[in-house]
Amino acid sequence: MSTATRSLPRTIGAHAILLTYTAIALFPVIIVIMNSFKSRAGIFGAPLTPPTPETFDLIGYTTVIGQGDFIHYFQNSLVVTVASLFFVLLFGAMAAFALSEYRFRGNTLMGLYLALGIMIPIRLGTVAILQLMVASGLVNTLTALVLVYTAQGLPLAVFILSEFMKQVSDDLKNAGRIDGLSEYTIFFRLVLPLVRPSMATVAVFTMIPIWNDLWFPLILAPSEETKTVTLGAQLFLGQFVTNWNAILAALSLAIMPVLILYVIFSRQLIRGITSGAVK
Amino acid sequence: MAAQTRPKRPFRWHIGIFLAPAVLVYTAIMILPLAGTLQLSLFRNIEQSQVFVGLENFRTLFGNPNWSVGFWNALRNNVWFFIIHMLVQNPIGVLLAALLSSPRLRFSAFYRTAIFVPTILSFVIVGFAWKLILSPLWGVAPHMLDLVGLKSLFTPWLGKEEYALTALSLISVWQFVGIPMMLIYAALLSIPDEVLEAAECDGITGMSQFWKIKLPLILPSIGIISILTFVGNFNAFDLIYTAQGALAGPNYSTDILGTFLYRAFFGFQLQIGDPNMGAAIATMMFLIILGGVCVYLFLVQTRLRRYQF
Repeated sequence: MSTATRSLPRTIGAHAILLTYTAIALFPVIIVIMNSFKSRAGIFGAPLTPPTPETFDLIGYTTVIGQGDFIHYFQNSLVVTVASLFFVLLFGAMAAFALSEYRFRGNTLMGLYLALGIMIPIRLGTVAILQLMVASGLVNTLTALVLVYTAQGLPLAVFILSEFMKQVSDDLKNAGRIDGLSEYTIFFRLVLPLVRPSMATVAVFTMIPIWNDLWFPLILAPSEETKTVTLGAQLFLGQFVTNWNAILAALSLAIMPVLILYVIFSRQLIRGITSGAVK
Repeated sequence: MAAQTRPKRPFRWHIGIFLAPAVLVYTAIMILPLAGTLQLSLFRNIEQSQVFVGLENFRTLFGNPNWSVGFWNALRNNVWFFIIHMLVQNPIGVLLAALLSSPRLRFSAFYRTAIFVPTILSFVIVGFAWKLILSPLWGVAPHMLDLVGLKSLFTPWLGKEEYALTALSLISVWQFVGIPMMLIYAALLSIPDEVLEAAECDGITGMSQFWKIKLPLILPSIGIISILTFVGNFNAFDLIYTAQGALAGPNYSTDILGTFLYRAFFGFQLQIGDPNMGAAIATMMFLIILGGVCVYLFLVQTRLRRYQF
């Protein structure tokens, strides 16, 4: 675009608005992390200043690490998220391939059926899901969560991936067929590597809600053994309402892994959202 | 020759195999339970067995003041929750996206990354962090207001019936503003330069370019965001539960359909959990969401003009 439309006041105005909003977005996070490194007196005396040598204190962290079983909760969350992600991507890609590659009777109908779940939240079926899990003895297992999250992630995954798979060149696939590759080999060896960027998009969209979900862990797997980080943090925070050091430290511990991962992957994540979401 | 005009193709097993896992999991864990929940709302547990009672549960839900008052309250609150999102979250998202998409803006990657941070945090963190910040005990909020000389405005917003819901809605807006921002940003980037250059040749620049050229082109994205917000809001639960507990205090003033469903299903304190009433409420939520989606699909989306470049 030409430079004619750029003017200095407008640029300054844009930066001012964006900076203000950035401050609003980051302020609570910064305040929590900053105060988690302070003593009780420091937290209440000067909440807005960074920790100084007098107010620096790690008492909150020692309490949390001594009390909560956070490492274990963290493992549970990791297992659930990674396993669900694996199944969503594998099953989703397979179904998307079938829908976008082959013409068969009921193709459109199947596509619509699978897309239904994008709009209707799985949460509304909770009552029957719980009955199902009780009947199959899966209550308080991570398997129950993986199953639910797989079902929850599939509709969007199929929808986005089939859009992308339509763009994979037919010539390539047909060349593979002439060379005698089976349909499975074509899918796993030719198509999957080509749609890897869109798989990343789907992975991001699927992962965040799973990692952050409170509803299903609370209902399907609230036992000590199977608590996820989100549920663990929720209960822990409830217990320590009056111990501000511990609460702030627990919040910081919950924020930091996600934040670090986000900072590392933000480029891919944002590219994924901006390329895949609007189509 | 007439008998076989077309060679009969062998049954293509691979299509079935490709589709089967997704369809099976999706049907078993999502569609059947949804149907099961709808069905369960027509039954009632009488002497340890499920008895078909028709619409009796719904009659209780709307006729019995113990239920209907709570339901209408939750629905009203939920509508307000949604209105605030539409009026605050989406305009801010559009504004930020419009600013970010201006060419040659420096640090735009930084702004994008930073503004999206709250969206990746879990409700538990967001709810609790804001609860602490707004707490009169800690005093961060009054401290901040004091800096700009507005300390007298401070009240414990989350503890006052008249402000609590609005405060929570704004917290939720704070968390999710990144999503409309990103989607609109993507839509703005996909507007071809030729269109904008043509507009410039006609002397349409700056603000009027945004209103006359860009906004009409991103309307479909705004439509999608609105329906996503609608579904998300009428299905929300986590933020209220973390910040205010299952009772959605003070005095149910922040109760929305998600927390109402949770209490009906599981019971809380004196109230005994009732899966059938829970299913009835879930059915109402299903109908509300379905209604919203239908309005979007049949009234909004068909009237939006789409431009192909």
